[in-house]
Amino acid sequence: MNNIWIITAREYFTRVKKRSFILMTLLTPLLITAFYGVIIWVSIGQSSTVEHQSIVVVDHSGIFKNKIQNLESITFLHREAFTVEKLIESENIDGMVSVPMDFSIDKPLALKYESMNSLSVNNTVRIESVFREVLRRQKLKISGVSQNTIDSLQSSVSLTQFTVEKDGSTKSSNVGILTGLGMALAFMIYMFIFLYGVQVMKGVIEEKTNRIVELIVSTVKPFQLMMGKVIGIALVGLTQLSIWITLTTILMGIVGVVVGLNMNDLQNVSEIANNPMLAEMDKGNVDMIATALNLPFLKIFGVFVFYFLGGYLFYGALFAAIGSAVDSETDTQQFMLPITLPLVFSFAISFSIVVGDPHGTLATWMSMIPISSPVVMMVRLPFMGAEHTWQILLSMAIMIASIVGVIWLAGKIYRTGILMYGKKPTYKELAKWLFYKN
Amino acid sequence: MSILQVQNVSKFYSNHTALDNISFDVPRGKIFGLLGPNGAGKTSLIRIVNQITAPDEGQIIFDNEVLNKHHIKRIGYLPEERGLYKKMSVYDQLLYFAKLRGMNIAEAKKTISEWLEKFEATSWKKKKIEELSKAMQQKIQFIVTVMHNPDFIILDEPFTGFDPKNTQLIKDEIENLKNNGASIMLSTHRMENVEAICDNVVLINKAHLVTQGSVMDVRNSLKDNTYELRYAGEKLKTKIAGIEILDEYLVDELNCIKFSYRDNKPNLQLFVNEEIDIKEYREIIPSMQDVFLTLTDLNNE
Repeated sequence: MNNIWIITAREYFTRVKKRSFILMTLLTPLLITAFYGVIIWVSIGQSSTVEHQSIVVVDHSGIFKNKIQNLESITFLHREAFTVEKLIESENIDGMVSVPMDFSIDKPLALKYESMNSLSVNNTVRIESVFREVLRRQKLKISGVSQNTIDSLQSSVSLTQFTVEKDGSTKSSNVGILTGLGMALAFMIYMFIFLYGVQVMKGVIEEKTNRIVELIVSTVKPFQLMMGKVIGIALVGLTQLSIWITLTTILMGIVGVVVGLNMNDLQNVSEIANNPMLAEMDKGNVDMIATALNLPFLKIFGVFVFYFLGGYLFYGALFAAIGSAVDSETDTQQFMLPITLPLVFSFAISFSIVVGDPHGTLATWMSMIPISSPVVMMVRLPFMGAEHTWQILLSMAIMIASIVGVIWLAGKIYRTGILMYGKKPTYKELAKWLFYKN
Repeated sequence: MSILQVQNVSKFYSNHTALDNISFDVPRGKIFGLLGPNGAGKTSLIRIVNQITAPDEGQIIFDNEVLNKHHIKRIGYLPEERGLYKKMSVYDQLLYFAKLRGMNIAEAKKTISEWLEKFEATSWKKKKIEELSKAMQQKIQFIVTVMHNPDFIILDEPFTGFDPKNTQLIKDEIENLKNNGASIMLSTHRMENVEAICDNVVLINKAHLVTQGSVMDVRNSLKDNTYELRYAGEKLKTKIAGIEILDEYLVDELNCIKFSYRDNKPNLQLFVNEEIDIKEYREIIPSMQDVFLTLTDLNNE
């Protein structure tokens, strides 16, 4: 046991002292914050300086005449005739919508939009809805509905979600932030497994090609060497992660103060959001921040750290086994694929299917199988309430049992592999190594 | 008294036998040569002694106990394929291996300083291994092997990469270790070194033990009643009764004959009546090189 710690310490300190590690560890929070800052800056900037558009409507059918209402950001100008040439000439006209002669309420044809610059998605939707609203009102009027009734039909609805707890209390929840959080956590685990798993493999190959293993395994057991390396690198990852979290939090805090959000505001927001009556007064941002504040952070953090380490140990041991079986990095491809493929696959599934249906059958199963559970569980986690606790615990238990199994298997391959030089082994030979006595 | 007893050891791999029922004793406080051509099974045997692998049959007795993991720290091993962490400094590296061997830090630091001093290597302390010359790396590797003061030291080709001066330095160190009570097992292909420093040898070929004993015994066992006479003056004209001349040649302007006695009884008197000036007369004892080549059948090729 003592030997494992000596090896762990070496693996840890040689990596942590590296200039590339220090650089990466310090720069990443800066980059994240800068990225975050730019997004905030752009969105604030954009909302105040939305470009105003002037669009000409040439209505050959006469249906829309004097019925189109201007929007905050779009002014519609009616013209009897307008040509593309004029559009190019005039500087203050951004585009033109043509309504064909044979356009009728019963048989709406596609409208034509012409401009120098293509429309943004938002503006396309806006223009479409303006025209649709005119048609709707026309139809209602034809069917004999009075103008007053039509006006009173105008209403807007938005969905405010509340998660119900076992004890009957409710919390507002915003799907956007839950999804975002889940994906961010899943992505971190995915990255970590890849980055650090490959580091384990490289470390093993280095020792093998250096022929240093021969010397070390005459002093310590191969299993100790493998575990020392896997644990050492895990600690490097945890160090990096905790520095990232601490630094990013501090830097984000500074950005937050600069932008004008301080903790007192957040407190108030939380109170507002928990009161459904008040919540409706200021939806949107309040809802989002409230959801964020209501999340069970301790639970999420604990589960995250578990899968962060668990996923890494599961895959790290396999990476160590691959490293031991080959002589150089170029030979790893063949063995890497069966390991990276399930990981990439579960990542892809998480970001497509699991996000859409976090408690579906596929999501539930994939969060149990240790190959995919570290990534999938993270996407599900923010959506999981108390009634899902047993699933998390079961998944964790399966994970722990699998880690023990995988490490045992990897240890067998590693033990034989590190002393084998020459030709690349086949899968059949790898299987044989599992049964070697010593 | 033996430090190590190899008892009926066999090791099988899926498609070949690495060791087939090998038995021999390594005497305590001596330098013991483990000889054999490439692929004879030496490395397999060394790995078994180092407990990197286990024998399929037979056992190893170390200092009167069945070899077990407590013996690891009493054994020093210099592998043929040298390897150190290239990016680690000399000092950190030595300290790391000292810790793995269970030395306490203060003792380790003292020993490391002494060895670096001895090899005039103190100034490289902070250097990374990759910055050192091949010979320097070899010296560090040697220190790694012996710094924990092992009772039994296995040296696999310890002289490769050294110039004659450094080879002598290492030879002297090996002698020193022996004089301080360590037992040494030396595996090398350089037979002149075997003759110079080994007390006993064992020769393995194709997984089998071929011969063992003291260097002199092994050499004597292969002598075939041939003698050499070197003399000055006119070449012998008459045939001498009682000897059969096998070869005649010149060495350093002396006439030489290689011969054997017909009745297998050495009798220098046969030459007394001849008018020659005898400079040298000796029985030809095969060198270790000859022993090696003869017993491993390489000279037949």
